[in-house]
Amino acid sequence: MIDMNCGKLKKNAFRVTKNRGVTSARVRVPGGHLRADVLGKVQEIAETYGSGEVHLTIRQGFEILGIPFEKVDEVNKALQPIIEELGINQSEKGRGYDSSGTRNIMACVGNRICPFANYDTTALAERIEKAIFPNDLHVKVALTGCPNDCGKVRMHDFGIIGMTEPQFDPTRCISCGACVKKCKQLSVEALKMDKNRPVRNVEKCIGCGVCAHACPTRAWTRSKTQYFRMTLLGRSGKKNPRMGIDFIKWADADSVVKIISNVYAYAQKYIDPEAPGGKEHIGYIVDRTGTEEFLRWIMKDVNLPPKAEIYKPLYWDGIRYSGLK
Amino acid sequence: MGYAVSLEKFQTVFDSWRKKYDVYAPKVFEGTGRFSETDVVRYGKVTDLADIDWNDRSEYSFKDILLPLSQTLLYFTEHGMTESEGPTRGTIVFLRSCDLHAVKRLDYMFLENGPEDSYYKRVRDGLKFVLMGCDHDFDGCFCVSMGTNVSTDYDAAVNVRSGGFEIDCKDPELAQAFLDMGAAEADVTPDAVMENSLTVKVPENLTSAVAKSSIWDEYDKRCIKCGRCTVACPTCTCWSMQDLFYTENGQAGERRRVQASCMIDGYTEVAGGLCFRKKAGERMRFKVLHKVLDFKKRSGFQMCVGCGRCDAICPEYISFTHCVEKLEAGMKEVSGHE
Ligand code: HEM
Ligand code: HEM
Ligand code: SF4
Ligand code: SF4
Ligand code: SF4
Ligand code: SF4
Ligand code: SF4
Repeated sequence: MIDMNCGKLKKNAFRVTKNRGVTSARVRVPGGHLRADVLGKVQEIAETYGSGEVHLTIRQGFEILGIPFEKVDEVNKALQPIIEELGINQSEKGRGYDSSGTRNIMACVGNRICPFANYDTTALAERIEKAIFPNDLHVKVALTGCPNDCGKVRMHDFGIIGMTEPQFDPTRCISCGACVKKCKQLSVEALKMDKNRPVRNVEKCIGCGVCAHACPTRAWTRSKTQYFRMTLLGRSGKKNPRMGIDFIKWADADSVVKIISNVYAYAQKYIDPEAPGGKEHIGYIVDRTGTEEFLRWIMKDVNLPPKAEIYKPLYWDGIRYSGLK
Repeated sequence: MGYAVSLEKFQTVFDSWRKKYDVYAPKVFEGTGRFSETDVVRYGKVTDLADIDWNDRSEYSFKDILLPLSQTLLYFTEHGMTESEGPTRGTIVFLRSCDLHAVKRLDYMFLENGPEDSYYKRVRDGLKFVLMGCDHDFDGCFCVSMGTNVSTDYDAAVNVRSGGFEIDCKDPELAQAFLDMGAAEADVTPDAVMENSLTVKVPENLTSAVAKSSIWDEYDKRCIKCGRCTVACPTCTCWSMQDLFYTENGQAGERRRVQASCMIDGYTEVAGGLCFRKKAGERMRFKVLHKVLDFKKRSGFQMCVGCGRCDAICPEYISFTHCVEKLEAGMKEVSGHE
C-alpha cells in the first residue's frame, strides 16, 4: 500500500487531491511574469508525469495535474530548471518548491507594459519573493501598479498600490485643462483650475498619475521617487471575508519590504499552537492580539519617509456570517 | 570654413561659446515621460557637449525657445505696467534641417505677417543656429517631400564622426574659437538625408472645397483633442492671452501668453460660450489644411516641414501624413458632387 506523509507533500507544494494516490504540482510564478520557455517545461512535465492537463491557478501559477505519488521525486527534478529560471529561493536543489504556506506574490502587469502603472510590479514582486521565501506561514501579498487596482490587492494581507507624487512645472502649462478633466473623470477630483493653472489638493490626491499621463506638454510629470499605498489584512474565507483597509500612504519600497518581512516574527510568536496544520491566517491572529501589538511588531526598524502617513484608527468590518462574532 | 576636431577640442570650443551664449539642444529628461520610468527628449539648456542627444529626434521641437509654452509679457499695477525682461545673453540652438526650415515659418508668422511681434523679436535677434547633420532619418520623417532636408542658412553645422566632429562654421564669432585653437581645416558639407522611406504628396489641385469631404469624419471618434500634435510641431504658432491678478482687488498682476491650439477645447470659443469647431474631425480639418493649404496661400511656401513629430506623439495613433494622403480622394469626392 502507498505510504505518503501528507504534511511533507503539501510543504513541497504538492496537493493531496480527491483522487487516491494522485497529486498535482504547483508552480509558483512570482509576479506572474515569465519567459515563454517555462511554459514549454510545464507542458513537458504535464505530459511526461501527469495527465497532460494544467490548471491556471488564481494566484498566477500552474497546477500540473494528475501526477501519481511515485513520480513526485522525478517531478521535483524536472521542476529544477523552472525554479532556477524564475529565481525562486530554495533550500535544497532538486527537491522542488520548499513550502506552500506563504502564497505566491501576485502582481498586475505593471509598468513594463501598462501605461498607467507607477512602477515595475514584477521587479518589486521578485524583491519581496527574495525577502520572504521560503516560508510556511500563511501570508498573502499582492502588488498593483496604480489605484485602478487591477491586481485586486485589497483581498490580501498586504496590498501594495503604486503611487507617484505629481510634479508641476508651471512654465510648461498651457491651461488646456486636460489634467483637471481626467482627474475628475477617472480619479478623485483633486485638481481644480485657479488663475489658469491646475492646483492640486494634496490631501485628496491619491497619487494615481492620471494627470501626468494626460498632460500634453509634460507640465505634470511623475516624481523620481516611487511611492506606495499599503493596504492591510484583506481576506476571503469562511469566517469574516473583508477588504483590506488603508494602512500607509506615500510609503517607500524599502519600508514596504521591511514591514512584510517583519510579519513573520509576529506570526511565529502569536500563532495558535492548535491551528490546523500549523497554519493560521495572519488576520485572525491580529483579531486575537489586537492591532496595537501587531503594529508594534511589523513597524520594527521601519524608517518611513517624511511624506508617509499612517492611517488611524485601523478598523475592519466585512461580512460576518450569522452566528459568528 | 570647415574644421575636423576631436571631442575634447569641440568641448573646448563649446565651453568658449558658452561664455557668451546660452546653448539649447535636444536633451534627455529622465523619468519625465508620459509613462512611469520613461524619458522625454526635448529642448533644454545644455552646459556640456555630452548633454546633447545626437541619437533621437526630439519629441517636442525647439519652438519653446522662441515661443515659450508659457511666457509672462508684462506686469501691471493700477498705475502702469512693466514689460518682462528679454534674454540678456545670446542663444545658440542646436537643431536639424527640418527645424531650421521651421524657423523661416516662425519668422514669417511673427515678423512679416503684420506688425513685428516684439516678444518674439527680442529672442530671435540673439539667436544663432548650429545645424545637426542628419546621416540618417528617423521613423516617419518626410523632410525630402517638404523640401526641408538640406539647409544652408546656418551659423555652424556639425557632423558627428567616429572619434570627433566635423564643423562648417560660417559665423565669424563662433569660428573664433576654432581659429584660437588652430583647429585642422577640412572640407565639410553638412550631412543630409536625400531620401526618406516616407513620401508625402500634397495634391496639386487641393482647395478648401475638400473641407466638405467625408475624410474628416473618422477623427470625430478617434481624436481626443489633446493637442500634442500641435504642441510638438515646430511650425504651430498659436497662442492665447491670459491676465492673472495677484490680489483680490485686481489692481496688480501679470499678462502672459501660453501656447494654444486649434485641436484643444477653448480655441474657437467666443463670448457667450459658442464654439465654432466642436468636433475633432473639424479641428483635424482645420489643422491639416492650415499646414498644407491655407498658410501657403498667404506666404507662398508650405507650413509643414515634414519633421514627423505629430505622427510620433499622437497617443491615438492618428497619422497626419496618412490624412494628407487622403486629401486626393477627398478632392475627388467633393468634385464629383459639383
Ligand atoms: C460686424 C460684425 C462682426 C464683427 C465686428 C466681428 C468681430 C469679431 C472679432 C473682433 C473677433 C475676434 C478676432 C480675433 O480674435 O482676432 C471675431 C471672431 C470671430 N467671429 Fe466675428 N464679428 C462679426 C460678425 C461675425 C459673424 C456674423 C460671425 C458668424 C456668424 C462671426 C464669427 C466669428 C468667429 C467664428 C470668430 C472666431 C474666429 C476664430 O476662431 O479665431 N463673426 N469677430
Ligand atoms: C460697444 C460695443 C462693443 C465693443 C467696444 C466690443 C469690443 C470687443 C473687443 C475689444 C473684443 C476683443 C477682440 C479681441 O479679442 O481681439 C471683442 C470681441 C468680440 N465681440 Fe465685441 N464689442 C462690442 C460689442 C459686441 C457685440 C454687440 C457683439 C455681438 C452681438 C460682440 C461680439 C463679439 C465677438 C463674437 C467677439 C469675439 C470674441 C472672441 O474671440 O472670444 N461684440 N469685442
Ligand atoms: S495624481 Fe491622480 S489624484 Fe493626484 S492630482 Fe493627479 S490625477 Fe488627481
Ligand atoms: S494638462 Fe498640462 S498643460 Fe494642460 S492644464 Fe494640466 S498641467 Fe497645464
Ligand atoms: S505638421 Fe507634423 S510633420 Fe509637419 S511640421 Fe508639424 S509636427 Fe512636423
Ligand atoms: S495648425 Fe492649429 S495650432 Fe497649429 S498654427 Fe495652425 S491653427 Fe495654430
Ligand atoms: S490628432 Fe492625436 S495628438 Fe492631435 S489632438 Fe488628436 S489625439 Fe491629440
